[in-house]
Amino acid sequence: MPSFRRIVITLTLSWLAIMVVAPHLLVLFASFMTADPQQLAVWPPTLAAYARVFQPIYFDVFAHSLWLSGVATLVCLLIAYPFAFILARQQPVWRNVMLVLMMLPFWTNSLIRTYAIKLILGKKGLVNTLLLGSGLIDQPLTLLYTEFAVIFGLVYILLPFMVLPMMASFGSISKEYTEAAKDLRANAWQRFWHIYLPLTSPGIVAGCLIVFLPAMGMFYVADLLGGASNLLLGNVIKNQFLVVRDWPFGSAFSVTLIVIMALMLIAYYRANRWIQRKGGLDDQVL
Amino acid sequence: MPQANVILLLEAVFKRYGSEQVLKDFSLEIQDGEFFTLLGPSGCGKTTVLRLIAGFEQADAGVISIGGEAVEGLPAEKRPVNTVFQNYALFPHMTVAQNVAFGLRMAGLKRAETEKRVREVLQLVKLEGYDNRSPKQLSGGQKQRVAIARSIVMRPKVLLLDESLSALDHKLRQQMQIELKQIQRKSGITFVYVTHDQEEALSMSDRVMVMNLGKAQQTGTPREIYEQPQNLFVAGFIGEINVFDARVTAQTDEFHYQIAIEGVQKQACSETRLESGEKVHLLLRPEDMRVECVEDRPDGVTGFFGRIRERSYTGKTLDSLIELENGKLIRSSEFFNEDDPDFDYRIGQRVWVNWVDGWEHVIRQDLD
Repeated sequence: MPSFRRIVITLTLSWLAIMVVAPHLLVLFASFMTADPQQLAVWPPTLAAYARVFQPIYFDVFAHSLWLSGVATLVCLLIAYPFAFILARQQPVWRNVMLVLMMLPFWTNSLIRTYAIKLILGKKGLVNTLLLGSGLIDQPLTLLYTEFAVIFGLVYILLPFMVLPMMASFGSISKEYTEAAKDLRANAWQRFWHIYLPLTSPGIVAGCLIVFLPAMGMFYVADLLGGASNLLLGNVIKNQFLVVRDWPFGSAFSVTLIVIMALMLIAYYRANRWIQRKGGLDDQVL
Repeated sequence: MPQANVILLLEAVFKRYGSEQVLKDFSLEIQDGEFFTLLGPSGCGKTTVLRLIAGFEQADAGVISIGGEAVEGLPAEKRPVNTVFQNYALFPHMTVAQNVAFGLRMAGLKRAETEKRVREVLQLVKLEGYDNRSPKQLSGGQKQRVAIARSIVMRPKVLLLDESLSALDHKLRQQMQIELKQIQRKSGITFVYVTHDQEEALSMSDRVMVMNLGKAQQTGTPREIYEQPQNLFVAGFIGEINVFDARVTAQTDEFHYQIAIEGVQKQACSETRLESGEKVHLLLRPEDMRVECVEDRPDGVTGFFGRIRERSYTGKTLDSLIELENGKLIRSSEFFNEDDPDFDYRIGQRVWVNWVDGWEHVIRQDLD
């Protein structure tokens, strides 16, 4: 009779194999096949799909997507850093209340929230109504279907993922470090530059990765808020699979995206290990 | 003492946290070059005094001056004092040398001068060759030295140490006590040390202030504090002590009095003037007690009879708990005598107790 332990392990491994490994292998496999409108993908194997990924027209989409995700990450960082700093200094009770307030909207489906943003930013949306009503402008602003709208949506959805690792970083800086730095003649700017920034750098890097990587794939944000010219990598991939029906090309794009993400994660772990060896910052984030 | 030598002065300082009055009309005067210790139980306000001097907290009222200059309103980074923190607070992302150089760099000292001073101070704390270690790779004692080096490299007028040895184990602590004293002598910097450990306070300090409930109880040399406690708190906090209630019956000469104690009449000496009929406490350290087997007691001397309740061998001494005939418990601590290697008591043995004439310390009861 098979032991319980064996059943559990077998189940888990099968689940991983069917739900994770197999789809990825399929995508990898498809990326080396030839496109066919009827059969989706056929033999012979070819590198044509990858050659197209690096064509200038797609490279531009690629670069623009990186730019949108990058700016969204940067904005998240600029908002989350002081936010986490303030949060970490509160009494535990207040900190938890503020955290819950921050997380509260996220119990609503993000697609629904993206639609809500659409209502807020539209020609007859909340922002324009308010600005027109107060007489600050006479023509409605074009907010929707712009770079701004996409970045706004990404920041809104991804901000908590930046705040949480950063708060952990701030939490690990004991009050004694701040006092020791003051004691040793460091002014506010010097304390920030020499103590806070280096000690929170693992949190900054972790937060940026956690925001940047999913930001590249959030196709529905770009679909609903970005219009035709503000695409994320996720949109390109989705369009190839569902609209153009060029599976090899969509697969090749997916593989490229996964490779880029993997490279960034490797770089992060390398950097982290280097910091550990050098000064020994404990990183409990990732 | 000449006024010019006062390096640190606190006058009528008040500090309140919420509804709790931590310091009330607190004053303190420390001479240049002194090793001064604030001693007291936790919550007595000693750490608050340190934080007020360092500038991490501001006093509600009162004057604090360092080197003759009032520091009211000055933030910590502008005060000519440095702190050695309880848990060292070494910056984990910097090496030993970077930690020690940090303050000089922040103050904008030239690189060559900084390096020279870092080298000197690492030599002083016996950490040459540890420049490139990270704090993680150091033992507790080494971290302690880096923390001291990081502070004294700034050449502060006063160095503040907050329970700095409490994280070390017993043996290392004793070793660091000696080294701390040496570092203080070599550097000539005034040390203000905060601790709840009376042994530490007595062994290192030039002067000790015993604190309780936000008030100074007594200030003096370790000897004064130990031998002439001014009240029962000081007497009880510094080591073990036997407290007898007594009444003055007559004055025999300038410093000597007849007293009624535990039902017998005895002589006691006191430098403070006492009145006939006044109630006093007579304080005796366990090592001031003399215990004899009943048959060996000297003739013509009054003493107390009692029974041995507990005895414990400590290596150096034989400590006994004795119950007097009226039920009062007292402690004695006797050194071993080489002539009498089998010296010991049985539990329940009847003994005669007295004290060495003149070793008693008398305080008025109304002072508590």
